[in-house]
Formats: sequence, C-alpha cells, structure tokens
Amino acid sequence: MKLTNLLAGAAVLALMAAPALAQDLTAVSFGGAYGAAQKEHMIDPYMAETGAKVLFEDYSGGIAEIKAQVEAGNIQWDVVDIEVIDLERACSEGLLEVIPRDILPAGDDGVAAEDDFFPAALANECGVGVIFWSIIYAYSSETIGGEEPSTIGDFFDTAKFPGKRAMRKRPQVNLEWALIADGVAANEVYDVLSTDEGQARAFAKLDTIRDDLVWFDSWSQAPQLLNDGGAVMVQSANGRIFGAIKDDGRPFKMVWDNNVFDLDVWAIVKGTPNLDQALDFVKFATGTKPLSGMQDVAYGPTRRSGSALVDPAITEDLPTAHIDEGLKADGIFWADFGESLGEKFNEWLLK
Amino acid sequence: MTATTVQDSSLLPAGRALTREEAWFARRELNRRRLTAFMLVTPLLLFIGFAFFAPIATMLHRSVYSPTVAQLIPDTLAELQSWDGQGLPDRAVLTTMAVDLKRLASERTSGKLGEALNRGLPGTSSAVKSTARKLRRVEDTELGANGAALLLEANDRWATPELWRTVRATGQIYTERYFLTALDLERDAEGAVQVREAAQIYVQLYSKTMRIALIITILTLLLGYPLAYVLANSPSRIANLLMVMVLLPFWTSLLVRTTSWIALLQTNGVINSVLMGVGVTSEPLEMLFTEFATIIAMTHILLPFMVLPLYSVMKGIDPSYMRAALSLGSRPIPAFFRVYFPMTLPGLSAGALLVFIISVGYYITPALVGGTDGQMISNIIAFHMQQSNNWELAAALGSLLLALIIALYWIYDRLVGAGNIKLG
Amino acid sequence: MSRFPDYFNIWHKTGVYALRLSAGSVLFFLMLPILVIIPLSFNSQPYFTFTEGMLSFDASAYSLRWYNAILENPNWILAIRNSFIIGFFATIVATTLGTVAAVGLASPDMPFKRVITALLLSPMIVPLIIIAAGMFFFYTRFNLVGTFPGLIIAHAALGVPFVIVTVTATLSGFDRSLYNAGLSLGANPLRVFKDVVLPLIRPGVISGGLFAFVTSFDEVVLVLFLAGPDQRTIPRQMFSGLREQINPTILAVATLLVFVSICLLVSLELLRRRSERLRGV
Repeated sequence: MKLTNLLAGAAVLALMAAPALAQDLTAVSFGGAYGAAQKEHMIDPYMAETGAKVLFEDYSGGIAEIKAQVEAGNIQWDVVDIEVIDLERACSEGLLEVIPRDILPAGDDGVAAEDDFFPAALANECGVGVIFWSIIYAYSSETIGGEEPSTIGDFFDTAKFPGKRAMRKRPQVNLEWALIADGVAANEVYDVLSTDEGQARAFAKLDTIRDDLVWFDSWSQAPQLLNDGGAVMVQSANGRIFGAIKDDGRPFKMVWDNNVFDLDVWAIVKGTPNLDQALDFVKFATGTKPLSGMQDVAYGPTRRSGSALVDPAITEDLPTAHIDEGLKADGIFWADFGESLGEKFNEWLLK
Repeated sequence: MTATTVQDSSLLPAGRALTREEAWFARRELNRRRLTAFMLVTPLLLFIGFAFFAPIATMLHRSVYSPTVAQLIPDTLAELQSWDGQGLPDRAVLTTMAVDLKRLASERTSGKLGEALNRGLPGTSSAVKSTARKLRRVEDTELGANGAALLLEANDRWATPELWRTVRATGQIYTERYFLTALDLERDAEGAVQVREAAQIYVQLYSKTMRIALIITILTLLLGYPLAYVLANSPSRIANLLMVMVLLPFWTSLLVRTTSWIALLQTNGVINSVLMGVGVTSEPLEMLFTEFATIIAMTHILLPFMVLPLYSVMKGIDPSYMRAALSLGSRPIPAFFRVYFPMTLPGLSAGALLVFIISVGYYITPALVGGTDGQMISNIIAFHMQQSNNWELAAALGSLLLALIIALYWIYDRLVGAGNIKLG
Repeated sequence: MSRFPDYFNIWHKTGVYALRLSAGSVLFFLMLPILVIIPLSFNSQPYFTFTEGMLSFDASAYSLRWYNAILENPNWILAIRNSFIIGFFATIVATTLGTVAAVGLASPDMPFKRVITALLLSPMIVPLIIIAAGMFFFYTRFNLVGTFPGLIIAHAALGVPFVIVTVTATLSGFDRSLYNAGLSLGANPLRVFKDVVLPLIRPGVISGGLFAFVTSFDEVVLVLFLAGPDQRTIPRQMFSGLREQINPTILAVATLLVFVSICLLVSLELLRRRSERLRGV
C-alpha cells in the first residue's frame, strides 16, 4: 500500500508540472546534422533570448502529417520547416498560415527585409526561406572501386556500377531524375512529366533499376546507408553528406550533375493556437545571423546580408556554386501533380 | 439461466414442489443477484463502450461516409441532377463549376476537391488544381458570362464525360466506393461492378498477409512443439529455469526485440559478421528490410504465444501413456502420432489460432524491419491514415480486416473459450 | 530423464537427445536478441554492431557514453516521465474497473456471461492499427487527441482484458461461501468485498495491474496516432529513432528496459507463489 501511495504522490507531482508545458511552442524540422544546426543557431538562442520553451521535433518531410492535423482540427505543431517542393501544395490547400512580410526584420546591414531576402525565399506567401539546398547523390570511394560515377545516367546504370541505390520514398525528384537519365533535357522535364506518356516513361526508367533500389523515409538515413553498406549510391540532401565528410571524416563524394535545388522555409500550421508566438519565432529565426549559421551544414543563406558571413572556404560546397548544372525544383508542378503521382508511385511500389 | 433454476429446485426434498409464494421469492432473489452481478460489470461496459467500441463503430461508419465533395460544391451537384450521364453536361453546369472552383481557390480548398475527385478518377487532381489556379484571377462577371468556355479552355479533361460522372459519383454522401477499391473493384460507366483497371494491389496484399501469418504460425508450431515437450517433461527445477528463458523474451518490450533484430540482421550486423567470419559467405547477405526479416522477427516475438498453451496442455498429459505404448513395443514415431499428438491438439489449436490472429494484424515489426517487401495489410492501413490521408479507404481496409479477425476470434471462442488465454 | 528405461534402444536415446538439442536451440533463438543487445549498448563507437575492439575485450572499446546520452537528451527524459505517468493512470483505471467487473463476471448469476466476457476481452484481439484509426476519428470529436487523458483512456481500454483474465483466474479458486458468510453476518456487499474478497484475490489484482502497466508501457501504435509532441513515450521515441536515425542510445534504453522486464517477471513469479499459497494449492 505504501508503494502505491508513493507512486500516486509522484504521479500527481508530475501532472502538476505538466500544464506548464501546454503553452510551449512546437517547432518541427528534419533532424540529423541540419536539425542540430537549427537547434544551435535558431532554437537555443531564441529560448535564451525570450525565455520561451520550444519543443523541437523531427519529421521526415511531406505534407501528410500537417494535413492530418488540420483536417482533424487537432493542431500539434506550430512552426514547420518545409521544402518548397511541398510548400505550394500545402499553402494552396489551406494548411498553412499566411506570413505577413512587414513583420520580417531588416538585415544586419540595415537593408529592408523585402530587399535583403533573395526573391525565391519570399516567393510563396506562406513561407519565409531558411536555406538554399540541393538534392544530389553520393557514393563512398571505399566501396565504389575503379571508375567513379559522375552523371545521373550513372545512377541508373547498374551494369557499369553494380550495387544498391538508395532513394527517398516519394515521387518528387526521383521521377525528374528518371526522365533525365532517359535522355530528357533538364529544362523540359516538368513539361514531359505532366503528360501521361511522360509519367509512364519515368516509371519505366525506374523499373530498370527496381531490384537494386533501397527506399528510405528520412534524409538522416542517407549517410547511414552509405556508411553501413546498405547502398553504394544514395540520394541525399547535400548537407548530410557534407556533414559526414567534414565531421566524421567519411570518404564520401558528391555528384552535382543535375542536382535538384530547392529552398526550405519556415511555415506556420493553419489554426495553431500559438500564432503570435509562432510569428515571433519565425521573425527571430530568419534574421541574418541565425540564417548564416546554416552554413555549418553547407546550406546557403537566403538573405544577401547572410552571404557576407559565409566562410569563403566552403563556398564551393554550397548549392549556389552548382546552380548551372542543376534543375530548379518546381513547387507549382508538384502542387498540381503531387496527389496523382503520389498515388501512382505507391501503386508502383507495391506492384 | 434455466440451469440455475433447476439447480435451485434440486435442493428441495424430492416430490415437493415450490409454493407460488416461494417461487416468487426465489425468482426475485435470483433476479436481484443477477442484477447485482450485472451492476458490477456495468461501469466497465460503459467505459469500454466509450473508449473502445465507439471508436470502432466510428471507423466502420467512416468507411462508407464521405461528405467532402457534397460539402464543397453543392450547387454544381444540384445542377448535375438533371444530366443523363451521356456526353457533356449543360453549359449552366459547367459555369456553376467554374464559379465553384474560383470560390474554392480563394478559400484554399480546391486541393481538397482535387484530392476527393482524384480518388474516383486517378489523374484528376492536377486538372482541378491547375484550373482553380487559373480561374482565381478571372473577374466574377466574366466568369458568369463565359465560365463554361473558360473551364474547357483551362484543362481539356473537363470535356470528358468520365470526369463529370466521377463528380456525380463522389458527390454521394454515403458510398460503397471505398469498399470496392479495397477489393480492387470499381464501377464502370454503366455502374456495373468490374475489376479495377488501374493497379490491383489490395486483394494481393490481403493474401500476402494471410500467407505470412500462416508461415509464422507453422514456424512457431515447429519450433514451439519440441520446446514445450521438453519443458513439460523436465524435472520441475530445470523446467522452471527453462521457463524463465521463454518468459523473459515474452515480457521484454516489443520494440526492444525489434531493435535487436535490426542489429542482428543489418548488412554490417552481427549475423553477417559471424557468417563472413566463419566463411559461410563472402558477401554480406541482404536480410534486413525484406519479407524474411518480417517473418523471422515476428516468429521470435510470437513464439511464446505458442509455447505457453502447448506447455499447459502437455503438463497435464500423464507420461505413462507414452511409456505404455513404447514398452509394449510400439515404435516411437507411430506411438507419438497415435497416442501423444492427439492429446495435445487443444493446446495446439489454441496456440496456432492465437498466433495467426495476432500476426494478421501486426504493424510495428513489419514497419521497422520489413522494407517494401515485408509490408502487411496493417502497414497499408497506416499508410493511408498517415501518408496519403485517404482516411475513408483506410477505414474500408480496416473494416475488412476487422471482419476477418472477428471470424477468427469467434472460432477461437468456440474452440478454446476467450477467457482461457494463457498469460504465462 | 537422464536414466532411460530398459526398453529404450539406441534410436530412442538418440531421439531424446535430438529433442533436447532442438529445444536448446529454440531457447537460444529466444534469448539471442536479448543477449546481443546488452553488450552492444556499451559500444564506444556509434555503430549497431560488435567492433573488433569489443570482440578482443579491449576496455577502451566499451563505454557508458550512450547511457549518458539518455540523461543529456531532454526528449528521452520527457519520454520516460510520460511513459510512467500514462502507464500509472491507465493501470489505476483498468485495474479498478476490471477487478469489479471480474467479480461480477465470476458470479454464477451473471447474465449473458459468455458474450460479455468475449466483448470485454476483444481489445486484446482487435489489431492495434484498427483501434488506433478508430480512436483517432472518435477521440478527435472530444478533443482527446494529443492529450494525456486521451492516451490514458486508450491504454486503460487495452489493459482491461489482462486484468479480467488474471482476476477471474484467481476468483475461480475463491470459495464463494466466504462471501455469503460475510453477507449473512450482516456486512454490506461493499464491506464484504473490501474485507473478505479483496485480500484473497489481491495477488491476482496486482498481477493484473502489472500486466496492464506493461501493456501501456510497451504500447506504441496508439501513441503514434493519438499523442502530440508533449506526450511522446519511450516506445514512441524508440520507434522514431529506429525509423529515422539509428544510434546506440536506443540500445542503451533497450538494455534498461530488459532490466525492467526482469524485475517484472520476478514480481509476477512471487505473486503467483503467494496466490497459490493463499489458495492452498
């Protein structure tokens, strides 16, 4: 009986502590090295400055979880780091709050926010740009042996480079690459992909390497797969590979050919009860200094004033240095086709 | 109930019947006791009704209830009533649709409509969304006068009767459509049920789930039977020690055991290191994220559910039966199958049914170790709940799974009695 | 078993040895995952496998860094706290309601006994994914998703069948004439229950409670669907760790959980013995 009393007492104390948590802001991002950089440069300084408490959660991208919360009227997340490739769709489906532009602070050099941000960073009214980043593929010079891959075509060439390939489990970027590997010019990819024939062609190309594909759910799995031998080539966000090379000294190499470059933004989930605080956080986190901290993981800043703070030694590793050989991810295309291609992709997976 | 009455009257001396008054008192007393017993159970029944059965009922309802389209474009649907289903609907219908789409675009709900229609006719969402995007900038007066033409111009899908049939079909609030999809069926233009033309995946997935569950059941039986026999026939001190080795994994968290299987099975994992160390293989084997991983990890997790009922039945079998058969010169194998095996059937069927029931609905382990190959029906339900947000289809798939489970549970209750589940 | 009867020939004996060997290997299969996970959690490298240093028992290959990592990570601390809060209250609810109901169910006068028992035990059989989906739809209406009460109710419903099974089993050895004697001595039913019945069935009630606690403590599917970021529990934290970012912190947590299950198993065994003694078996 005494034990029960003790337990009951402990539980009551614990519950009394719980209501304090209810007012916390919940920010959600992609975890791993990128999440660590955001924690260091955005979350922790914000908590230190305002005394607010921020719960920082990981997710693996996509809009499904946000959609479920909004449709069920049960908002758990306040601020979300979201890829622009998904942003247009989330915004046009009413899942995100509009972020007024006039609340954004001027750059550290005094230039007004509207002029300081690169236009792409404010292109959608529901988001404020956090990073420029890119989807590339990488290999380990330890396992590849002999000739090294250099093009998207090589990624799809299992005869020349045998072994498993890992891709993130979604149609975005994978279908673009399949078409490019099949000979479609980069600037025509989205036109071709909006036709039924083009979609069939992309899936047919994926079919050719189907048995050698490994799927992952979250970017943080990409360097792990390369590390533990799960795949010889992995699709990845450039920063994840950069981190593995720089911090862990892994012998990984990146292939920038036809990299798909994109932005991440901070967005606010529609109907959050903590709207004011969420806006306050976004304001803070998109200031010049927090943004320039993202260079820790080789992601470029979205403000001109931030570029000045970038360490010259890593400019070559930033996606901005490889835009010429890259393809811009098309958020509008994916807003229109995300649903139907997502369904086709999943049926293709299960076949 | 009648049994109790008979029992009560049997207490009376033979040949004496109850007076009417006594019978009334007896009945009242019986009713009182029945009421007391029932009152004790009532709070729990109410609780379970709210916490468990109401949610299940909501899920069943959800599988046939889909009000989205009817709520989004009521005007268009009202106008569509008079359409005969052949050729294009009237210009008035098209214009109303254009007006509706503009309104949806400004309310940011065109995506919802696109999604709902897309489920009826794959590929529609892009047409709806891009049209809504274009119409958003058109003036109201222009739209009223010229809506039909603008609609057709925005996307040529609007010129197909198929799309309008889908609009009308998805506009029904109660629908059996999701059950048809869950069975890989659909309705053709005339409304007759036919096999779905797009990918057929769900029936295959159900049979795959049943196959995996069956394999796991057989494996647990093959592994569990000799173990249970040895446990039941060892001296009690040894048996108790061995029993701990069965119960400890049983009581260890599911996620702990799954974690451990990941460590064992991964490419650079423990098993591959051992195999390569002793030279069985030179290349690491692909084991994690396959159907094999699902089967082996689930067999491990469910093995105690087979061993425990087998053990308790075997414990009750007098070893002298086998001894008699053997000492009378019967050879061991025929003796086993004629004498011992039939006596273990109750435990065997209880264990096998329980393992099968649990594995058919398993989610966590396949999700973590199964990769794309080793996914079962529960995983696709979770997928539609969390990833594709097709909650109606998830509910329909879940309802079918529930029906299967209830059938198996009914058999289990008939054969074993639901209250006799062994917990160790 | 080491001495064989006279009529055993060489084949009989081989058969017995083969049987014991196969039982031994199955036991090895059962214990292997638990045995592997414990040393791996002391790995000083961020890998999920034995390093060469570990195999040669090099002391520097072992470390407590992953145990420290648990303590340093506020998410794990929150998860551990939540698991205990939810488990504790779910256990109280399930055990109270379940015990009272089991007493009713054990009465010979209980109407519709078979159907009601089958209904009350069904949360044990219905696949969790179905329960989770249904609860997500239904609890949303009452704003219970993403709250502690929602998870407690959900977990209590899952724990109820275990309480019913264990308490009914204890009651089956309970002599009802004691209950009737209590009543005939003038005590009201509640008093009889408290002073006569409960002390006798207490071991069953406590082990039922332990089962209910473990059910909640180990449960992840409902948590995945019903919990918000504030309510993440140990299994939820492990699940997302395994899906997104495997690192040996999970192994350290797993090792701690193995010790929790050992304690649990020991208490259950003690309870079982006590119950048998009380019932004079």
